[in-house]
Amino acid sequence: MTPATTFVGSPVSRVDGPAKVTGAAVYAADFDIPHLAHASIVQARVPAGRIAAIDTRAAEAAPGVLAVMTHETTRRLPWHPRDPRPGVDPKAGERLHVLQDDVVRYDGQPVALVVAQSEEQARAAADLVRVDYAPTAARTRFDVAYARAPSEATAKAGRPGDTSRGDPEGAFAQAPVRVDVPFVQPREQHAAIEPHATIAAWDEDGRLTLWDKSQWVDNVRTEIAHVFGLAEDRIRVISPFVGGAFGSGLRTWPHVTLAALAAERVGRPVRLALTRRQLFTNTGFRPHTESRVRLGAFPDGRLTAILHEATGQTSTYEEYAETTLTPARQLYACPNVATRYRLLDMNVNTPSPMRGPGAATGELFLETAMDELAHALGMNPLELRRANLAKTDPDSGKPWSSNALAACWDQAAARFGWADRPRTDEARRAGRERIGSGMASAFYPAHRAKARARVTLYANGGAMIQAATSDMGPGTYTALSQVAADALGLPLEQVRVEIGDSALPPAPAHGGSITMATLGNAVANACAALRETLGADGEGDLTPALRRSGRDSAAAEGASSPGKEAQEYESAAFGAVFAEVRVDPELGTVRVARLVGGYDVGRVVNPKLARSQCIGGMVQGIGMALSEEAVFDRHCGRVMNANLSDYLVPVCADVGALEAFFVESDDRVFNPLGVKGLAEIALCGVAAAIVNAVYDATGLRMREVPVTPERIVTAQAARGR
Amino acid sequence: MQPFAYRKIHDVAAAIAQGAGEPNTVFLAGGTDLVQLLQDGIARPAGIVDISDLPFSSIATTIDGMRIGALAKLADVADHPQVRAHYPALATALGETASPMVRNMATTGGNLLQRTRCLYFRDGVSSCNKREPGSGCGALRGEDARAALFGASEACVATHASDLAVALLALDAEVLVAGPAGERSIPVERLHTLPGDTPWIDSDLEPGELISAIFVPRGAAGWAQAYAKLRHRASFEWPLVSAAVSLAVVDGMIEDARVALGGVAHKPWRAEDVETLLIGRELDPVLAREAGEAATEGARPLAGNAAKIPLLARVVSRALADAGGLP
Amino acid sequence: MSETTTGAGAPAREPVRAPARDSARDDASPGVPPAAHPVRLTVNGEAHDLAVDPRATLLDTLRERLRLTGAKKGCEHGSCGACTVLVDGRRVVSCLALAVACDGREVTTIEGLAAGGRLHPLQQAFLDADAFQCGYCTPGQIMSGVGLMAEGRARDDASLRDELSGNLCRCGAYPNILAALRRTTGIEPAPDATRGDDRLRAAAGVDEIARDARDGAGQGGA
Repeated sequence: MTPATTFVGSPVSRVDGPAKVTGAAVYAADFDIPHLAHASIVQARVPAGRIAAIDTRAAEAAPGVLAVMTHETTRRLPWHPRDPRPGVDPKAGERLHVLQDDVVRYDGQPVALVVAQSEEQARAAADLVRVDYAPTAARTRFDVAYARAPSEATAKAGRPGDTSRGDPEGAFAQAPVRVDVPFVQPREQHAAIEPHATIAAWDEDGRLTLWDKSQWVDNVRTEIAHVFGLAEDRIRVISPFVGGAFGSGLRTWPHVTLAALAAERVGRPVRLALTRRQLFTNTGFRPHTESRVRLGAFPDGRLTAILHEATGQTSTYEEYAETTLTPARQLYACPNVATRYRLLDMNVNTPSPMRGPGAATGELFLETAMDELAHALGMNPLELRRANLAKTDPDSGKPWSSNALAACWDQAAARFGWADRPRTDEARRAGRERIGSGMASAFYPAHRAKARARVTLYANGGAMIQAATSDMGPGTYTALSQVAADALGLPLEQVRVEIGDSALPPAPAHGGSITMATLGNAVANACAALRETLGADGEGDLTPALRRSGRDSAAAEGASSPGKEAQEYESAAFGAVFAEVRVDPELGTVRVARLVGGYDVGRVVNPKLARSQCIGGMVQGIGMALSEEAVFDRHCGRVMNANLSDYLVPVCADVGALEAFFVESDDRVFNPLGVKGLAEIALCGVAAAIVNAVYDATGLRMREVPVTPERIVTAQAARGR
Repeated sequence: MQPFAYRKIHDVAAAIAQGAGEPNTVFLAGGTDLVQLLQDGIARPAGIVDISDLPFSSIATTIDGMRIGALAKLADVADHPQVRAHYPALATALGETASPMVRNMATTGGNLLQRTRCLYFRDGVSSCNKREPGSGCGALRGEDARAALFGASEACVATHASDLAVALLALDAEVLVAGPAGERSIPVERLHTLPGDTPWIDSDLEPGELISAIFVPRGAAGWAQAYAKLRHRASFEWPLVSAAVSLAVVDGMIEDARVALGGVAHKPWRAEDVETLLIGRELDPVLAREAGEAATEGARPLAGNAAKIPLLARVVSRALADAGGLP
Repeated sequence: MSETTTGAGAPAREPVRAPARDSARDDASPGVPPAAHPVRLTVNGEAHDLAVDPRATLLDTLRERLRLTGAKKGCEHGSCGACTVLVDGRRVVSCLALAVACDGREVTTIEGLAAGGRLHPLQQAFLDADAFQCGYCTPGQIMSGVGLMAEGRARDDASLRDELSGNLCRCGAYPNILAALRRTTGIEPAPDATRGDDRLRAAAGVDEIARDARDGAGQGGA
């Protein structure tokens, strides 16, 4: 049964839009819970060591203080292991057992918690807690000499230490044209505008409710159940709106445990809202990663060797690893490929997935190296990509469930005007600025997971869709409404979607671009199940069938999970990004004048919202290329710019004309709805295209992002200007 | 934020008396810097005297220049037709300060007295002699690309982040100060201090002294002016380096010049050698470049901020080019 | 399809709201120390007499005391603009204003913008242009937009970009926010000197969204 598609594919406006433009949408810290108390974290001020002494007397005596909790005064929690570990957690190491011992593992770690009547009082008292440390040696400098191979568990999870196919070293040595490109990508922060916040409330029966900022309410419930040794059904997690997360809301961070502990201690609901500074060290980040790409090619551009090495940072207590080297193995056809991935344990908090995890980093490295190769070959960078199109997955040899990368290249190049780009010094000159053009490919593997969804149809023609998924901004509310409206034959405005509540049917993490491929199909299946229950035909308004049954309402659940296509095919989203920059070579400033991105993301449920998601990824890519860098002091082991004045996310004036479009694509092999997912792909390739455009404008090979005026003038000096 | 006593004062004399008489009392005007310092535990006053209702907000043209009230909002000064007409460097510097919301709140006096943006000062916990005398200077060996090139000491390498102060220095402005000992005026050049071994002192003001107004002399009104600011984002960021220039050009010849540099020292930095170099010559791209190079004479870089030297040279050249209408 | 009408279905499409409190909290906030100061704030036309901790920011006072949670906390340092409200008709970052210093002021928040249930034209333009994703910065963006119009700062396209640069949007909706402002102010996309060729103008155009939407719909529905 394929329902008529009235809404799927239509550019309808966000169904949650009116709540968002009127201030009525409720985020975690907004919930008005009676008798709320407030908690404030005290952070460690050394990168490694032990707490020698902790003096809480002044804090305890401060006005309004209800409790001061330290490792000495906090009860021991069971912290049961997760088996299996959730996909969003590192595969090795152990999560931070907050306030359970005197060990300091990184600067910024919570070492005490103050609970008070008001937030002002909690913070003022937290400021009075005195902690003496016995520091120990810390690794606070990124030095690849200390890097190690990932563990077996990490390797098994798609992040192998060493891989090889063919004869990469031999092929590289014999390649007629070679490049060897080092590159550095610094630590980057999710920097969603909504800070993480948790309200915890225990009821008289020992049940816990958490109002939390989360991309995965089910995982918060399961994690806290394991931490506290509670049955999962004793915990409910509520998170209807998420103010951006980009991966920071995938894991359950220690502050959720702290909020629950504090509420238990003071016997009333507690809100713990992280400050902007605390966010940098109490949630995750994209790890600092250093890379070396070696490419060998024949004169016609065909790749004969790809050798990609990368080292990423992780914490001392957990092994976070990324799929940085997946693009090297899968994006281009090449018979001889080697990858080597290493990890460096540092005294930092554990990194975590940030939009396009692994791929966005790996493609920055790979696609800037491809640009260097194109110039070494004297070849149009677009033609170089075309010469290496992977018609099947080069790593597994399996067919792609769909692949329209060639169409992305062609159509984006045409829309950008790549063939007419300025190619002489004269044409590149625009007053004080130089125009540069660059391009990159984009690639992100597509997956889907297990989920359930419930549909309830009412005799008056309304319908409710329920699932424990989330909407951090892409438009889950809207897209699921569209799927359901089509499947039930209802007007869109008669469908209501309820998500962000662990009491609803289970859903996987709202991340990894899997939400529509997973939940969209679950909703469609739930609606189909309801239709079958009511004995109705394949199309049209289902309400008459319900009325005929004489009931006021009827409900059904539907499930979705990966099928055998996951074994038989490789699935991925593809894209091509073209950038035009204006560089002021005197001042070293780079402005992105325009970006054009063409994407193969499967079927597009809502082109209006999908475009927004893509231009949003472009804006983050501008930040990655030009301004974002967490400044880490290697002497004191501290993030120095843990604020939004110095960690520079792009502002409106940084953003030129952005154009995103979708090529013809509909992947019914991957899943019945035909979608592939587009959150991650939207960031992939953007920074590389910009860096490549900077080269085109200036002749400078920038091998470290962000490309700042300081780095431009330093590169000019190295070249002799 | 620790508790403090708050009082709003409507009378200048009473404000001065409170500021001078009560220990650890600070003035609150627009609040855009002070509230940040309070939030981070950097400012821990026992008392806050809210002076926002004092009669210091008018902007007036006088026979010998302009008098800009210390409580005038940055947005109002930037928008003022006389400022735009006669002091374009000032209008540009203000227009590029912070964000529109902050410009609606922040006052000129408060902007001049804002504390450094040095990361080691602002984070509230790192070693910083300015915030916690004797704790050391984390930035000296650290990661702050904004550290000073001129006039720094072993104790402190912080820079002053005001755009306004740099423009005012190039316009030969003075601040008018009211205090326990009466009124006085201080040239902007002497308002701020160098860190030396007392980095916790930022300005020449005595306890209880208040800036009541800024006076910009008429002389600068006819001069060719420009403010050039370099930053990573296109908007809403403190300067990495900046330069304000004001040139008296007669028949193509520079008869007099003022050149001020921002983001390079504990105070807006006057480049007198550059002024000397410019005077008596005709402004062209070669001279602009030469002047830029001259502006970096004596710069003492640290490990993390050496790239600011070429950038300073170029931003000075750019300001001169803008002032002189060069390409 | 209208964006604002409530559907006819059983579960009314009401925005998810925080549970309502049955009494005003004006003097019931726990933990206000003895040094609390009396202030009168007129918020969205309604006068409130409050006793505030001198440390309380205007933002926290709006959110915690008056339960107006539309203004958002993003940084508490004036760096993100999520807390933007109008005070006496001008845009401010309410995180950097002490409530005690706002005695006697008139404050307008996002909750006060829609008159009689009718969206402000800029709110409607944000919906039409899809000028947000997660929605968290949106109240601040809209108040900033309303404020810049009230302050007479909507001069041209370049000024719009700069005037909007105090409000961070991490979802990256800037092009759509600009489109919403252009639509509301009637400002044409810039033939901007620094980025000024025809392709750029076309790409920056207000019609772009509609055109993309049409293109996308064509292929998406196929």
